[in-house]
Amino acid sequence: MSMKYSKEHEWVLIEGDSATVGITNYAQEQLGDVVFVEVPDAGKAVDKGDEVAVVESVKAASEIYAPISGEVSEGNATLEDAPATINSNAEGDGWIFKMSIGDASELDELMDAAAYADHVAGLE
Amino acid sequence: MTDKLETITGNRGLQLEQPLIFEQDAPGRLGVDLGEPQTSETHLGGVERKDAIGLPNLSEPQTVRHYTRISQKNYGIDSGFYPLGSCTMKHNPRLNEKMARLPGFASLHPMQPTSTTQGALELIDACAHWLKVTCNMPAVAMSPAAGAQGELCGMMAIKAAIEDRGEGEQRTRVLVPESAHGTNPATAAACGYSVDSIPANDRGRVDLDAFLSKLDDDVAGIMLTNPNTCGLFESDIIKIADAVHDAGAFFYCDGANLNAIMGRIRPGDLGIDCMHINLHKTFSTPHGGGGPGAGPVVLSEPLAPFAPLPFVVHGDDGFDLVEHKDGEGEKSFGRIKGFHGQMGMFIRALSFMMSHGSDGLRQASSDAVLNANYLLAELKDTLSPSFDGPCMHECLFDDSFLKDTGVTTLDFAKAMIDEGFHPMTMYFPLVVHGALLMEPTESESLETLDQYIHALKGLTAMAKSGNADHFLEAPRLTPRRRLDETAAARAPVLRWKKEE
Amino acid sequence: MRYLPLTDDDRAKMLSTIGAKKIEDLYSDVPAEALLDTPVDLPSHMGEIEVERAISAMAAKNLSTADAPSFLGAGAYRHHVPASVDALIQRGEFLTAYTPYQPEVSQGTLQYLFEFQTQVALLTGMEIANASMYDGATACAEAVMMAGRVVKRKKAILSGGLHPHYREATDCIAGYHGMTLDAAAPSPSGDEDLAAMIDGDTACVVVQNPDFFGNVRDLTPLADACHEAGALLIAVVTEVVSLGAITAPGDMGADIIAAEGQSIGNALNYGGPTVGLFAVRNKHLRQMPGRICGQTNDVDGKRGFVLTLSTREQHIRREKATSNICTNSGLCALAFTIHMTLLGEDGFKKLAAINHANAVTLKGKLENVDGVEVINDSFFNEFTLRLTKSAADVVEELAAMGILGGVPASRLYPGNGDVENLLIVAATELTTNSDMDALSMALSKILGGGQ
Repeated sequence: MSMKYSKEHEWVLIEGDSATVGITNYAQEQLGDVVFVEVPDAGKAVDKGDEVAVVESVKAASEIYAPISGEVSEGNATLEDAPATINSNAEGDGWIFKMSIGDASELDELMDAAAYADHVAGLE
Repeated sequence: MTDKLETITGNRGLQLEQPLIFEQDAPGRLGVDLGEPQTSETHLGGVERKDAIGLPNLSEPQTVRHYTRISQKNYGIDSGFYPLGSCTMKHNPRLNEKMARLPGFASLHPMQPTSTTQGALELIDACAHWLKVTCNMPAVAMSPAAGAQGELCGMMAIKAAIEDRGEGEQRTRVLVPESAHGTNPATAAACGYSVDSIPANDRGRVDLDAFLSKLDDDVAGIMLTNPNTCGLFESDIIKIADAVHDAGAFFYCDGANLNAIMGRIRPGDLGIDCMHINLHKTFSTPHGGGGPGAGPVVLSEPLAPFAPLPFVVHGDDGFDLVEHKDGEGEKSFGRIKGFHGQMGMFIRALSFMMSHGSDGLRQASSDAVLNANYLLAELKDTLSPSFDGPCMHECLFDDSFLKDTGVTTLDFAKAMIDEGFHPMTMYFPLVVHGALLMEPTESESLETLDQYIHALKGLTAMAKSGNADHFLEAPRLTPRRRLDETAAARAPVLRWKKEE
Repeated sequence: MRYLPLTDDDRAKMLSTIGAKKIEDLYSDVPAEALLDTPVDLPSHMGEIEVERAISAMAAKNLSTADAPSFLGAGAYRHHVPASVDALIQRGEFLTAYTPYQPEVSQGTLQYLFEFQTQVALLTGMEIANASMYDGATACAEAVMMAGRVVKRKKAILSGGLHPHYREATDCIAGYHGMTLDAAAPSPSGDEDLAAMIDGDTACVVVQNPDFFGNVRDLTPLADACHEAGALLIAVVTEVVSLGAITAPGDMGADIIAAEGQSIGNALNYGGPTVGLFAVRNKHLRQMPGRICGQTNDVDGKRGFVLTLSTREQHIRREKATSNICTNSGLCALAFTIHMTLLGEDGFKKLAAINHANAVTLKGKLENVDGVEVINDSFFNEFTLRLTKSAADVVEELAAMGILGGVPASRLYPGNGDVENLLIVAATELTTNSDMDALSMALSKILGGGQ
């Protein structure tokens, strides 16, 4: 089990051959109050970089891209009625979807926590 | 403080609380006296409505009072200064309203034989003539319903022309500057094009080199606003137009800012191929709280044959309408609206143009530019201008003057409301941080501008003196204070429902 | 110039503040060759009297439906608009306000939009409605594109009873967007089997009720067929007054309603501006185009209204927006709302009953004319006549007699021999029995003499 991060401010929790994806705490702060999340249906096959989900605040919509290739196994249906979970717990209950890991080598292109912290520091 | 005064009714003098019409229902009331149906025989195909609709019943005086009261919760250009950048909130002459209501126009049915509507076709033709001459363009498509539909019309004409020369598969990309109105990329996408963003240079104009590097034989066109949304004239526009044409592409100009240049610069002289004209901006047809608008599109010679249906032509027996894809309409890309366009808006716009005349239109654009530059000059040391002047008809500031005050652009704007002004456009264009875009138009007197400048200087001093609370609490004196948009979006309530 | 407050003294003073010598200095970024020295070649300014005279002269050249017996319909209807409607919409606070992006100073506009949305939802039997579209035809095109997004299929089936302008606008707008259309042949009798045209690629079926030729039908079986195939039913209504007499399309299973609201509160205006109505089911809300007003509270806890769900729209979503629509038909929607408020439940139903009764009376008079056959079994306030000669020619002859006799179907279906002799006629509450007698006598004269 390990946690990786993308430049697009997504976190990827890797557990065996499955990955859970959400947006980072930094991303939710930037976005402000989340009002709606469009989560993907299970079974959707995605390539790395494909648009998978959308997280919306009042004045912005943020596309969530697949951090790796694979197949969506579950979308977080609880976000439909409780989008604010992303604000309160972005890196836990606010997960957006789970997916299979189609090509493990793509994980190497993601950052670890320290590299992501540097990435965020560079933006400020 | 007076704004804390509580009243028994919730009313506050002239600010009157008004429930929804649905909350004023009383069975038996009527606002319209109609006679009785002359027969009870029906031929409704077995689907007669049996259930109640749920509409409330009100009398006429209640209805008149209701809409009068809620109107008083609105700020209009009639109420005061409305410097909403990019929106051209100018005076709406009532003569135009009177002309549009002449029964010879208002009660004219669109499907009457054209032999009975010659005056209407003459008016459309006259309005078209004014637009063509003002822009020095050979043709104009009159039917688009609003600016965004005008954009769609322009891009469809471009696509039709490209397909006509067999390059439909090849040209799939449209270049749009990052400072563009959101409708531009939305329109390009609606026509099936991919959108490629062009960066701005440090002078707020299109970065010419970046633009040239993106221009290739897969580009269908460029969509460029001029003057641009930073209120600046694109000084390289003729070079851009030449490069676009050399690449075999077309030049779409967003005409939202025509008010800066009418009578002084003709878009046709800048090498554009098409441009929509917001009659509800430049030619003063009322915004009406969000429409109706009208978005005629001037077209160059190569695009003219592809203009949408219908259009007015001079026939043997007077004016005629080409309504179908045959004869003169053979190459038309089709129809984008029911009937013939926004006739009511053509009448108002023509009335405005005739009232000004060519001399007055030129003076109007000059005054609009003068007013904006005056604001820029008077405010440049108080606020933080994004670019050096001169500007065109609007001036752009960023929020660096508010740095470390704890006050945002939004807060600043809300405090302007308490001072009796409508806020400027905020957070647009996206190319500067915390944008404040001000467009005074030619309708404002020097006295009004000076009052506004005085208020802005006072507010800035207050923000810098550490009084952030004044801004965070604003507005205080409005019928409603800041509204919870997050709650509105999280659990949408989009209609009234009877309480169970 | 009466609209320009700056005096020459003001201009001189302002230029000096700016540090410019002359106005041309402010245009220094403009390529010199593009700057005009003199005004363009158009007439000089005019006073109110002259403008009024010139424009009134054009209006006087038209034969208006206010001055002649008129039976014109086909998507635009002349109804009586109460005087208070026009007085109220001309209040400057409504007329001269921008889109309500600053809700604290726009509660007037926002409240009527909320009322408008509720009225539209109630009338159509739908859960929610937006704050208006340009007109019925563009609403229809948007509905088809929306169905494409919801169902994720590309094909739309259009009824032969759909107004040809709606078909053409949809063909053009949705066609450019990548939808393909399968349009049925014109169907004056209303007997077409749209269900048989549905297949696995079908995103939606578009059907108008009452249809272009006036026929009224129960949409329920078609809605069922659509839903079985995973497609949506889009119901188009061009005469919104009909909703006072016939079952709401939402109650017959439609998924999207695209309607023209001109009949309520709005003059004919030679076809524009009018107001498009757009209503959907709650589950498709996020795919709906256009502006939407929603209820919320302000910081003091008082009820208020805001534009909401804007992330669907172009100013935020840019190329990923549900539509490029921006300005819509605000003031026409206000006219609709005020007129509908005056009518209320009882008035609106009565208005519909009077319209239908007048059409029934007109049918009775016309079917006794030699050379005229009424082809409809069902209708609301409009039906189709089959004449013994070209309807377009008959309409010209009627116009010469001072009667606006209806819309020849051939004007909208050029070159289609099947509709050559079809004349579509409408009656509203403004149609008098003497208007009807004038038409039947004129038709009998024209048709009796000819054959």
